[in-house]
This record gives sequence, C-alpha cells and structure tokens, in this order.
Amino acid sequence: MSDETAGNGASATVNAGYDEWIDALAEGAGYALVCPDGHGSLPPRRVCPECGSSSLSEEALPERGEIETYTVVHVPSPRFADDAPYVTAVARFGPVRLTGVVRGVDPVNDGNGDTGDGDNADAVDDAVEVGTAVEVTVGERETDGGRVVVFRPVEE
Amino acid sequence: MTGVRVAGVGLTQFGSQPERTGRDLFAEAADRAFTDAGVDRDAVEELNYGNFMGALAEHQGHQAPLMAEAAGVRCPATRYESACASAGVAVREAVRTVAAGDADVVLAGGMERMTNLDTEGATEGLAIAADDLFEVGAGVTFPGAYALMANAYFEAHGGGREELAHVASKNHENALPNEYAQFRKAVSVEEALAAPPVAEPLHLYDACPITDGASALVFVSEEYAADNDLDAPVAVTGTGQGTDRMALADRADLASTPAADDAAAAAYDDAGIGPDDVDLAEVHDCFTIAEVLAIESLGFAEPGEGIAAARDGHTTADGDLPVNLSGGLKAKGHPVGATGGSQIAEVTRLLRGDHPNSDHVADAEVGVAHNAGGTVASAVVHVLEVAE
Repeated sequence: MSDETAGNGASATVNAGYDEWIDALAEGAGYALVCPDGHGSLPPRRVCPECGSSSLSEEALPERGEIETYTVVHVPSPRFADDAPYVTAVARFGPVRLTGVVRGVDPVNDGNGDTGDGDNADAVDDAVEVGTAVEVTVGERETDGGRVVVFRPVEE
Repeated sequence: MTGVRVAGVGLTQFGSQPERTGRDLFAEAADRAFTDAGVDRDAVEELNYGNFMGALAEHQGHQAPLMAEAAGVRCPATRYESACASAGVAVREAVRTVAAGDADVVLAGGMERMTNLDTEGATEGLAIAADDLFEVGAGVTFPGAYALMANAYFEAHGGGREELAHVASKNHENALPNEYAQFRKAVSVEEALAAPPVAEPLHLYDACPITDGASALVFVSEEYAADNDLDAPVAVTGTGQGTDRMALADRADLASTPAADDAAAAAYDDAGIGPDDVDLAEVHDCFTIAEVLAIESLGFAEPGEGIAAARDGHTTADGDLPVNLSGGLKAKGHPVGATGGSQIAEVTRLLRGDHPNSDHVADAEVGVAHNAGGTVASAVVHVLEVAE
C-alpha cells in the first residue's frame, strides 16, 4: 500500500513510516507518536519535534476529532483536479492535529454565503463549521484514486 | 562588526513574460543594480542568489553559477532556497557576511520564472512549499493553506472578507504609480468582494498573481562606500530570521505567525529599535490575510487588531504607518524567489526618496521588510535606516 501517496510523481516511491501510518489509519487503527511530556507528532520521527526526546510511543487516536479550521478549495492542484470544489480541514485528534478532506458535506454550502458551481455526489446538505465533530478514515481522490485522509462529520 | 550599506538596487519589470529565461531576468536586475550602485562587477566578492522552483519551472538546478555568469561576476556563488523567502535569506546572509567583515561587496537577490507553466503547474509548484505527505496529499494548495489560517483568524478574533478586501484595494492603489508593478489597476472593495472564490474565504483579489521577475542588490561595507565615494545613504541595521513547524497543523496557533514574531524581535534587537520607530513597511502579502498576520508579528497591531488596519486607514499611503507602498506582492507581483530582494529594493527607494510613492513618506527614516516562506514556517525581517 505504498503506490500513490508519494505526491512527487514517482509512483513507486515507498515512504517508510508514513505508509504504515496511513495503512493503520485506513484500518481504523490510527495513531500518534507521543513523548513522555505528552507532545504528539506524526511519523516518521526519530525524536519529538517539540522537545527532542527520543522516547516515542504509539498512542491510539481518539475516535472523534474536532475541526479547528477549514477551507473550500475551488482552484485545485492537478492531483485534485476532479475533486474540486472540496473541503480541506485541520482537525484536532487528541495529541495531534490532522489535515484531511471533509466528505459527507456540501462544499458549496459552507455557511460563508458563497455559492460555487460544483456538484458533489457524496454531499449531504450539512455545513462544515469550526467545532464540527468528525471521525477520520482514508479515502480515494476522485482524480487519480490516490489515498487521502478523510474526515466525516459524526453525530455529537 | 561594520555597518552595511545598500549601494544599489535593481529590479526587472514584474509580470507575465513567459518567454524570458531566468538567466536573462537576473542579468537585467543585476545590471540595473550595478548601474545604480556605481560599483564595478570586479569588486563583487560573493553572490547570494535566491530561487524556489527553478527545478520545476526551468528544469534547472545548480543555478548559482549560471546567475554569476549572467550577472558578469566571478566569485563564490550560492543559491538559497526557503520557498517564498529565498531572496530574504540570501539577503540576510549577504548582510551578515559584510557585517562580519568577510567581504566588502556582495551581490544578492533572486529570480523566479513561473508563467511559462500553466496555472495547474504553477499551483503544484507553489504547493511544494508545504508538507508534501501530510498537507499537499490532503488537498492543501498554497491559497488553501492561507485560507485555513484566515478562517482560524476569523474564529479567534472576528473580522471577515470585507476587511481583507480593504487590504487588496489599498495595495492595488499603491501599485498605480509603480513602474515595476504587474497590476497598475485600481480594485474597489466591492470588486474584490464580488470576485470568484479560490479557496474560501479567499477570493481572486485576496491572492497575489503568478509573476516572472528578478531582484538584485549591491551591499557594501560602510568603509567601502566611504573609500569609493559611493552615494549609499541607506543602511541595513537589523536582520532576523525565524523558523516554525513545517505543517500548519503542527503549529502552536493557527491564527498567528510565531516565526515572524521571532524574526521581528531579532531584527529589532539587532537594530536597537522597536515597532514604534518604524515609518514604513513592505510585508509579505501573498494573500490579504498574510498582511494582517505580518503587521501583528511586526508589532504594528495587537493580535486581533491587524484585520482592521487597512480599513481604518492606519496602513494606507497617508496613514500613520504605510504598509506595502510598492503595491506589495498582491499588486506589484510575486516572483517568489525574487520577492525578498524586491522588498529591500523598494524600502531603499522609499527611504532615498526616489520611489514614485516617496512623497507619502517624505520624512521617513526607518523602514522594515518582512519576507515569509511557505505558510510562514520561514520568516526573515530586515530593518533599513537612513544613515546620512
């Protein structure tokens, strides 16, 4: 499962540490690396980026996270050409924040009063807001089938 | 330690000129800098050259020797890369080299060629300034990253698109007389608000354009300027740099730019001044929200108050502290690897009195340049002062 996540056009690139992490996320077993002081980070890591501790352990991510900020992207990069418009968000999951695409929401009804021209078959009529509770999984980009971190709103 | 003077500045036209090679752009900027400085090419002891995405745009790595040739100098030449702060770090190392007494004359600046790529290619090129695995792979574009910061800022402090539209309108107004600017076109607040979305809440006029261009500066020691009777009235008196976590999601705060706080503190300390001493600033407004975050990091506004500065007239051409009198990245243009040098050139021209907008700051003695890389994982701040 290391075929398409490199993001650098090198389709055969293996990103040891990252690939295992996103595999685990896809299986519902996502984790963060945590140092004795409680700083969270994402792999691959040799030391905690906050304090330099080399004592890092894997800690399961909480089932629910909370969106801290988001955007509706209308002008995508080539890898997301067929996905636009889409919502990208940063969500807090325990000791770390994750960046992912929000699915199961309507990207053109985001509460900003904007209207877009896109259509998203996956959309329901919910707006994303800061504070929205989400679960995390791994989905595919519509454009090229590449794996992407996906957030889905959950009932609070 | 010796004083560092700006002996000469050189810019190309900023804009869409896709047929021009990078080497031609930098050669023109360097030529203008040498003419402005009245310094012989033979005197140059080092070239510090900034470039970000030349490997993608021109399939050209190892650009420093190429640019030394283009500028007609034969000396140690090094390319610096810190995304959109590439020229800022190149300038900083030039200033430190001269200040340390290691060289009397250093040529610094940068170049970016971008419009030969299509919009998708340029978007992809700019995105490599973000964390490829954790951000770009999750759909974050360069405007998208700043949009995430804008929404976080609105959530923390309030404000919205209208305040940002005032930043855009101000900077377009400032660019009108600037002969180097890409857009010499007024944009009203209403027009900015009505423009199509790029990455909400940022719309077309919240974003800088894609630009080809180059900048070059001749820095000399105070002694060299005196010995050679150079007309170099502006000194670089402070330099500072800061670094933050690469990915936005890993930052302590999504609604501020701590790397720029650190760079500003170091530069002010180096110069022995504070924010109240500053008369004008060129800041890294790649997006309108970036100007808001910049003026807060520079200490011109309290956290949460920067959003209203343009709307309330504090940072307009005739305000208490004019920001981006050049038009900024927003309207003057943003050839990313050249921008940090271009800001130094514009602050120098404004302080010397030979900028088309100098009349707005006739008594100015202290200017600041703020250059940021990525989503401000890198930041460089310089203080320039009229020394004579």
